[in-house]
Amino acid sequence: MKCENQMTLEFPSKSVNEAFARSAVACFAAQLDPTLEELGDIKTAVSEAVTNCIVHGYPDSIGKITIRCRIMENQTLDIVIRDKGCGIADVAQARTPMFTTGGEERSGMGFTIMESFMHELKVTSQPGRGTTVHMKRRIMKRGGKA
Amino acid sequence: MQMTSFLQDKQLTIALSGEIDHHGARSVLRMIADKIDQYMPVLCILDFKGVTFMDSSGIAIVIHTYRRMCELQGTLRLKRVPPQPMKVLLAAGMDRIISIEGREPVHEM
Ligand SMILES: Nc1ncnc2c1ncn2[C@@H]1O[C@H](COP(=O)(O)OP(=O)(O)OP(=O)(O)O)[C@@H](O)[C@H]1O
Ligand SMILES: [Mg+2]
Repeated sequence: MKCENQMTLEFPSKSVNEAFARSAVACFAAQLDPTLEELGDIKTAVSEAVTNCIVHGYPDSIGKITIRCRIMENQTLDIVIRDKGCGIADVAQARTPMFTTGGEERSGMGFTIMESFMHELKVTSQPGRGTTVHMKRRIMKRGGKA
Repeated sequence: MQMTSFLQDKQLTIALSGEIDHHGARSVLRMIADKIDQYMPVLCILDFKGVTFMDSSGIAIVIHTYRRMCELQGTLRLKRVPPQPMKVLLAAGMDRIISIEGREPVHEM
């Protein structure tokens, strides 16, 4: 599939950057003319993935998080969020609803939310090397703009 | 995230506003827990009207508050929840354990 536009973001895993990251991706996605609901879905999924890098990927240190965001043909937003943190030993188990290693401040619903808000979700990880979350979302074409 | 609350007849209403994410979650959780411990309500209402964004960090807050209200043999209710947080709450299945009301359908644009 052809890439029509793209941007990359890199920032340290500080929680203050969560709002920045999801807003930046939403601003970039705005050129696809999404509905408020579609924008909300994208922001939520990005927030989940970035928070996971911060909370789980780099639990005791500050590390690098990168986001690559592309607009593909067919109005598809393609987002890759990557950390070089501790990684996940069993990805299938991690994706199970309510599975968490995060204690009472987490609910284990992050991957479930990403899955239901995006059209595709791929998670690859290597213990000790980091985690990559790859998500895609098609934005519906809207006819007759006001 | 800002919070205001009022108590009437053992009913504690806490109005949340702003964005609820991991960055601000701990202070929200602490504020809610403190208010509940202070007033020991029979009914706790979380008013979401002013919430402009929420992710799964908000789910943990709701579950935590729900458990605390159960310990007090009380009830938790969420009201005036805007569409984005509503979608997150439903995706996490929270409507199966807590009564959740959407925002009033007036003034929809
Ligand atoms: N980037 C990551 N690096 C290391 N481990 C991760 C990463 N992302 C997720 N995990 C692991 O996968 C589990 C499930 O993640 P998920 O986002 O579904 O739930 P959670 O983060 O624990 O809770 P919630 O997202 O509901 O607050 C996490 O508890 C953690 O063990
Ligand atoms: Mg998570």
